[in-house]
Amino acid sequence: MTAIVSVQQLEKTYEGGFEALKKVSLDIEEGEILALLGPNGAGKTTLISTICGMVSPTGGHVKVGGYDIIDEFRETRRLIGLVPQEINLEPFERVLNTVRFSRGLFGKPRNDARIEQILRQLSLWDKKDARIMELSGGMKRRVLIAKALSHDPRVLFLDEPTAGVDVELRKDMWEIVRGLKKDGVTIILTTHYIEEAEAIADRVGVISGGEILLVKEKDALMSQMGRKELSIELQTPIDAIPPALKTYDLSLAKEGRVVIYSYDTGAERTGITQLLGDLAQAGLVLKDVSTHQSSLEDIFVGLVEDAR
Amino acid sequence: MNLQAVKAIYLFEMARFFRTLMQSFISPVISTSLYFVVFGTAIGSRIESVEGVSYGAFIVPGLVMLSVMTQATANASFGIYFPKFIGTIYELLSAPVSFFEIVVGYVGAAATKALFIGCVILGTAWFFVDMQIAHPGAMVAFLLMTCFSFSLLGFIIGIWAQNFEQLQLIPLLVITPLVFLGGAFYGISMLPPVWQTISMFNPVVYLISGFRWAFFDTADVPIAISLMAITFFMAACLAVIWWIFKTGYRIKS
Repeated sequence: MTAIVSVQQLEKTYEGGFEALKKVSLDIEEGEILALLGPNGAGKTTLISTICGMVSPTGGHVKVGGYDIIDEFRETRRLIGLVPQEINLEPFERVLNTVRFSRGLFGKPRNDARIEQILRQLSLWDKKDARIMELSGGMKRRVLIAKALSHDPRVLFLDEPTAGVDVELRKDMWEIVRGLKKDGVTIILTTHYIEEAEAIADRVGVISGGEILLVKEKDALMSQMGRKELSIELQTPIDAIPPALKTYDLSLAKEGRVVIYSYDTGAERTGITQLLGDLAQAGLVLKDVSTHQSSLEDIFVGLVEDAR
Repeated sequence: MNLQAVKAIYLFEMARFFRTLMQSFISPVISTSLYFVVFGTAIGSRIESVEGVSYGAFIVPGLVMLSVMTQATANASFGIYFPKFIGTIYELLSAPVSFFEIVVGYVGAAATKALFIGCVILGTAWFFVDMQIAHPGAMVAFLLMTCFSFSLLGFIIGIWAQNFEQLQLIPLLVITPLVFLGGAFYGISMLPPVWQTISMFNPVVYLISGFRWAFFDTADVPIAISLMAITFFMAACLAVIWWIFKTGYRIKS
């Protein structure tokens, strides 16, 4: 895989002295969906805005398709489409005109057939003559996507595409993103919904306090960092873990009625069989057993808290 | 040069103008007619002539300049302020366009609108007064330069303004008084000597005088100085715009 976007030691310090990006380095591979996950104020939007040209970096370099975003901004920006977080649209303008405008702005000659294709793909063709202010929130978001796609970019940035969007529409949006990936578009989306990253991303980057904490294949991340917990409910509560079981990573919960065993699903041996045997040997009678797989959310919360 | 982008911006801005074509057309016609009724007919009938020109005709260049300057400034400042206000400026900043192309698109559209209104006023004036244009070429050149340079000024105001009040501030407090005191309705020579001297500090005097020279071959200041004045004004606006884009002033963080 080749990196279509390469961010090297990128820094941004705003005028007031706020350090939004601290030497961020990140490679985005062609054709992937990368989810940038982070709490509010983590630097997600600053990162995207810098790559797209709305914010001037104070240090570092970014290359898109091998071109430098500052010295060769015309080349890089032609490759990029941006869907902003806010619904920034001219309310009196008509859908078709505003999408046509975007295509022209990005230097492409008028092509009504292509615009029609994009609008149809986003279920907006019926609304092509409607004024923006007549559209629902979800449709406005789709107009923003249509504008971003109007010049056939190879890289699409979606800045919190589903913030404040209902569940139905969110799933709709995911379908659109998956469809774009099939067309070969590289997609970078920022989100603070872990569910979203889990549902559509190939790789997940976690950003907090202006730093990238990690970037990993989603599945690898889940299995590598995913802890599983075995909850063992006891017939009779205990006050403390019996000394014979001290070698296990055990904790007590629910006033001694439940013993929790944490283990790594990626490990060769989980140690469950032996633990159950040792529990019986220690004279504990089991009432029930259940397991819980930690989600991306748990991993994320853990990472961000560790970084603080 | 991304000509497609210049065209896109220009046409998008012109579309806004065409949407409100009737307002754009009717309001200058009405306001000009009112000026002619009040100044040309009512008051003008008591004034014989100014420098050999009937008063009704004498005020035509000033009226055209008044409208062109205010319209160019208002259109250009609104044109760039509105995307800033509603946030659509993100698209301009992330597009493969240079700042030069952005200026050409917005200023070009604003200047076109101002030119259109200038022509409408001139057309309306013909209904009220008989006049000959002594130097048609110079008249067109002056009109174009005024449209263009005041659109540049408007663009600067639009970038600088952080709210709608500020957007109105300079046109209302600076441009309108300067135009009124710049000899739109009188010749500078009609003023007492002290005010004549003070008027020489008003840049608009040179523009109106030059424009009037193109019509009637008489001027308050030599035409060469008028030409220098408008060239200097245009260069100053261009320099400020160059600085704005160099530093990203109020548009880029």
